[in-house]
Amino acid sequence: MLELKSLHKSYKMGSNYLHVLKGINFKVNEGELVAIMGSSGSGKSTLLNILGMLDSADKGSYFLDKIEIKNLDETKAAKYRNEFLGFVFQSFNLINYKNAVENVALPLYYRGISRKKRQTEALNFLQKVGLSNWSTHLPSELSGGQKQRVAIARALVSNPKVLLADEPTGALDSKTSNEVMSIIQKINNEGKTILVVTHEEEIAKMCKRVVKLKDGLIIEDKYIKQKLL
Amino acid sequence: MNSFKMLFDSEIWQEIFGSIKKNKIRTIITVIGVLWGIFIYVVLSGAAKGLDNGFERQFSNVAINSLFVWAESTSIPYEGFKIGRFPRLKLDDVEILKKRIPEIKYIVPRNARGTFSGGSPANIVRGDNSGNYAIYGDYPDFIKIATKEIYEGGRFINESDIKNNRKVCVIGERTLTELFDLEENPIGQYVRIDNVYFKVIGVSVFRQGSPFDSDSDVFIPFSTYQNLYNTGNKVDWFNIAAYENADVVEVEKKIKSTLKRIHRVHPNDKRAFGSFNLGEIFNKIFGFAKGMTFLSMVVGIATILAGVIGIGNILLISVKERTKELGVRRALGATPNEIRSQILLESVFLTISSGIIGIILASFVLALINYNTLDLNDFPYTNPTVPIKFISLALFLMVALGTIIGLIPAQRAVSIKPIDALREE
Ligand SMILES: Nc1ncnc2c1ncn2[C@@H]1O[C@H](COP(=O)(O)OP(=O)(O)OP(=O)(O)O)[C@@H](O)[C@H]1O
Ligand SMILES: [Mg+2]
Repeated sequence: MLELKSLHKSYKMGSNYLHVLKGINFKVNEGELVAIMGSSGSGKSTLLNILGMLDSADKGSYFLDKIEIKNLDETKAAKYRNEFLGFVFQSFNLINYKNAVENVALPLYYRGISRKKRQTEALNFLQKVGLSNWSTHLPSELSGGQKQRVAIARALVSNPKVLLADEPTGALDSKTSNEVMSIIQKINNEGKTILVVTHEEEIAKMCKRVVKLKDGLIIEDKYIKQKLL
Repeated sequence: MNSFKMLFDSEIWQEIFGSIKKNKIRTIITVIGVLWGIFIYVVLSGAAKGLDNGFERQFSNVAINSLFVWAESTSIPYEGFKIGRFPRLKLDDVEILKKRIPEIKYIVPRNARGTFSGGSPANIVRGDNSGNYAIYGDYPDFIKIATKEIYEGGRFINESDIKNNRKVCVIGERTLTELFDLEENPIGQYVRIDNVYFKVIGVSVFRQGSPFDSDSDVFIPFSTYQNLYNTGNKVDWFNIAAYENADVVEVEKKIKSTLKRIHRVHPNDKRAFGSFNLGEIFNKIFGFAKGMTFLSMVVGIATILAGVIGIGNILLISVKERTKELGVRRALGATPNEIRSQILLESVFLTISSGIIGIILASFVLALINYNTLDLNDFPYTNPTVPIKFISLALFLMVALGTIIGLIPAQRAVSIKPIDALREE
């Protein structure tokens, strides 16, 4: 589904460069649930952002569903993100003056889908994350777990090829973390390819494959026995 | 999706209202800025237009391109004549002036007594009533230069009156009330003017507020006047109207130099002929009104500009505050163009809606002013409407400025990379 070949990324820090990713080779097949682990500053988010076309690599190649991703201008990147990718962030990133269903419908709006269709689709996905009864609530009226479930529904509504989640449980307690992870497992079991960045062993164990980053390189990549919730 | 299509999507409006609601106080302050600008602009230009209309009304009974010429005394000896001679304007001058100066449309000789030109006023008697009134000897063309209205049932002097030296007169409103009983019809009645019986043929309408009108003047045919006062060929002054496109100041010069030649006055004699150039004064007054209009436009536009810049500012701040949100939108697939259009529409929407409120308030104030000056006849202020041209100009200006100003925050909103926008806290 996606493939990275000797991917490099460095950030300019004043006069010198901070080499964050030093040649990542990495392949994910359709339907995988991958945990990306590593200590703080090891480059997990950087990697995910490049996969998410929010950032670009300096060197190396990136294929998404056999399409090579390179030299994207912002408009094209926006189109690809909208079509191919779903994002879930640690801090939810819901739009605070839009209610749950409006938040979920937003990617469809940018796809140019009619209002009516957006509404029904968004309600469908809210139901999928168990929030049908909360569709008209503003984010401020939702708990952390509920917010993250709305965010997941929003990431899924455009039927992306890959779901990218950067510390989706980072702001949640263990009980709500499990709720969120069980939804992620459920949609993975329905066939969606998912990458989850986390530094919690517990969360990683709920995935099917664990990739460990250290000093800009993958030091470990193994399939594990998934702890099903 | 283009911005035109976005106009009709309720999401974009929800978007705009969401952002407006989040910045209530600032929104109100800036909206007031633009509102005030357009308000000032419309009220000032409306008031200027009112003044313009007012002047026009006040001078509506005089041909705008007209002037008076009269004779005084010479100040330079010439061709054997001593200084201080009084040249006399003559009826024969009319034909010469007309022939020499094609710009003249009408030239009307006038004689008068009991006015600034001297002489004792006419004593007019009717039954037991009598009074002294200024009296004019006039040609029919006079009402073409100074549009005199005559009350229903009457008329002004005509050619036949002149030809037959008829003893007919047109009297003023005050003369009417002083000599006649209330509800008496004066037309066809006789009055005694300096012991000669005259038939009243008309009553002239007095136009309040006009500097060139009196309510008691009496007009008789020029020829009759000649006989009555034995004035011969003498003319007190000429009322002259030039064609609309003629330069009145130039016409005035030509008339004077021609008169100097006819009456053998030194070409450089400045005192021999006096004149009063209405056209020149009109031009100054209308120039003043135009200047007012222009000034109000400048002030108004400057105020609008300040208001719009304020809106640009608030949007810039709101864009900064919403960096993260805009980052999220772009992660979800918003293209830079969509983000730009959104911010631009916000700017234009804010500008136009505050502008429209301003226009409505201003129209209300203008209507109020109009209502309160309705019966003030002396005050040169009439119908202070703002031409639709001005309003459209203002609206166009606001859309244009709103767009231009909106471009700055719009550009800023997309200049930041989505990844950096998302990192923002
Ligand atoms: N835009 C940037 N400019 C400069 N340095 C950056 C930038 N983004 C990340 N870095 C640096 O790159 C390194 C990797 O950052 P990254 O966010 O990928 O780490 P991470 O593994 O996600 O860490 P964490 O677990 O704390 O989220 C860090 O040292 C960080 O300071
Ligand atoms: Mg991170």
